Amino acid sequence: MDKYLDRLGIYAARLVSQKEYFVPGHRACQGCAEALAVRLMSKASRTNTVIACATGCIEIFSSPFPLTSWMVPGIHVAFENTAAVASGIESGLKAIMRKGRIPLKKINVVGIAGDGGTSDIGLQALSGALERGHNMVYVCFDNEAYMNTGIQRSSSTPFGASTTTSPAGKVVPGQTTWKKNMPEIAAAHDIPYVATACPSYPFDLMEKVRKAAEIEGPAYIHILSVCPTGWRLPPELSIHAGRLAVETGVFPLYEVERGRYKLSIDLPELRPVQEYFRIQGRFRHLTEEMVNKIQRRVREEYEKLKKKVMMTREG
Amino acid sequence: MEKKKRELLLQGNEAVAEGALAAGCRFFAGYPITPSTEIAEYLSQKLPQVGGVFVQMEDELASMAAVIGASLAGAKSMTATSGPGFSLMQENIGFACEAEVPCLVVDVMRGGPSTGLPTSPAQGDVMQARWGTHGDHPIIVLCASSVPECFHMTVRAFNLSERFRTPVILLLDEVVAHMREKITLPLPEELEIIDRVRPTVPPEWYIPYEDNASGVPPMAPFGEGYRYHVTGLIHDIRGFPTSRSDEIGPFFQRLFRKISQNFAEIHMSETFEIEDAEITVVAYGSVARSAKRAVLEARQRGIKAGLLKLMTLWPFDRPAVERVARGSRVLLVPEMNMGQISREVKRVNNGVCTVVTLNKVDGTLITPDEILKRITEVYQDERDN
Repeated sequence: MDKYLDRLGIYAARLVSQKEYFVPGHRACQGCAEALAVRLMSKASRTNTVIACATGCIEIFSSPFPLTSWMVPGIHVAFENTAAVASGIESGLKAIMRKGRIPLKKINVVGIAGDGGTSDIGLQALSGALERGHNMVYVCFDNEAYMNTGIQRSSSTPFGASTTTSPAGKVVPGQTTWKKNMPEIAAAHDIPYVATACPSYPFDLMEKVRKAAEIEGPAYIHILSVCPTGWRLPPELSIHAGRLAVETGVFPLYEVERGRYKLSIDLPELRPVQEYFRIQGRFRHLTEEMVNKIQRRVREEYEKLKKKVMMTREG
Repeated sequence: MEKKKRELLLQGNEAVAEGALAAGCRFFAGYPITPSTEIAEYLSQKLPQVGGVFVQMEDELASMAAVIGASLAGAKSMTATSGPGFSLMQENIGFACEAEVPCLVVDVMRGGPSTGLPTSPAQGDVMQARWGTHGDHPIIVLCASSVPECFHMTVRAFNLSERFRTPVILLLDEVVAHMREKITLPLPEELEIIDRVRPTVPPEWYIPYEDNASGVPPMAPFGEGYRYHVTGLIHDIRGFPTSRSDEIGPFFQRLFRKISQNFAEIHMSETFEIEDAEITVVAYGSVARSAKRAVLEARQRGIKAGLLKLMTLWPFDRPAVERVARGSRVLLVPEMNMGQISREVKRVNNGVCTVVTLNKVDGTLITPDEILKRITEVYQDERDN
């Protein structure tokens, strides 16, 4: 794999700060990749950060006392308004800095939410914030269903996955709609920075968060967060599943910087999606025909993405 | 051969879902929220099996809007939610009142306000159920206290909403919703199912909001040739927006009349040992279960206690409360809120007897012991006076 990671080759674990801003002691499930992603994100956004967090797994497992994990100030908002509250924080900080009440300095305002809080109930607030151009980072931790309330489908649940409100049966094969393409929706707002990431690629994730925080204006990062509980896979396969999601092309890692698409990992050949599905209970019922259907779609989408990279290439 | 009745061990939420299916509900639109999610989960499996449709929407605003749309298309429709979602639904609940769209909203009460206590019981949404949406409007609110009641009151709620063309709100609290009890499901022929009145006139004669003796105009489903306008603006009898005071006044009069002239049919309550009761507990939801036990134990100690269990919360059951107020010396209203129904009891009691409260908002249910303690205290006070 490393030869595809040329851009990331300069990183080494020992160059990363040892300082933690999301500390152990929270009550996430065993093997929760979301908790890892939050930790990596916090490492990259560092101090001088304010978090606005929607209702969801992160809020539940990291905020109740004495299991609190945050070393930066944060606000838990209602389900639908992370981006709106983050907008308010950003504007409020701007106002008091302008008045000279606090010294002028860079404060990262980071809105975090799950896939439900981003692509379903929170989409309106997010769209508004991106359009207004607040200088903030919005991170979506996508575990592909409402895991906090007990694995109900969201618009981010992939086609064919079985959840408690899209149960797989004899007639209906689980989720019947395709995953909503949130990074594209964010990119369509013409914001300076959009990226996808996965904690199975930790340095890539941290680099993207760092970049998003530095860029002036709104930035959106979509992080695939493997959920062993909801995806029905052994917790020790969490990181492996994240890698497979990327290597099969189900969840390609890319950036959109000022309209220019760039693949973070350009895979010459995709692994078959079956390898990714095989380890997950939520896809256990899929027939070969359905897997082929999904495989075709994944290839098409990947080709489309590559074309976008070609079309927006510099020079 | 005699058909065998199904005996099940169900959760309150699942009993609501079974009740909805029995009542003929064929459309559910909702959004996951603790502690109501099991209703959605159950119906996501069962509705497609009976030819119905389950849709998970992007939020509660959309859920309630979809329910209104499906009901206008002719399907018996419902949604289920809890406090934060119920707040988001308020605008469209108002629309359903205004446009007279029958539908059922189940609100499983958890601690609030805001995200509150998602997994703890409360009864804080009683006033919100009545007045949550803006503007003057009538509404029917029921409250269940056991798993069998969840089933029967869901059927009843659908019947009332169809009969009076109004949204009906069924309140459960987290304890009732998640408690498992035995339930014997009645056979379909044992249930009274009421469907909305449909127009008997040809489409060209149909006047969608014309008054009649019942105050409930016949409702034509969209798509059957009846062309009419539905709006959240105050409308004339043809459904078109109006600002004429001679049309606005009669519209409101009819909206309230269709409910107020049928209070007797809408009001539901149960009494226990009230014939000679000196202290009557007025309770609803899971608290009524604790209250019943407390009343039994008080009787064993020689205190003449009784229970009035309110099942219809709105319109408020004035006659039932007046009856117990006349016969008792004290009314005790235990609630898992800071006193929402007790205000109503005080209003209706109007000084006839003493009204005392027992309020608890710490996220735990009110136990029989707590009610018994309060009964004993009150009894001592009364005897000393």
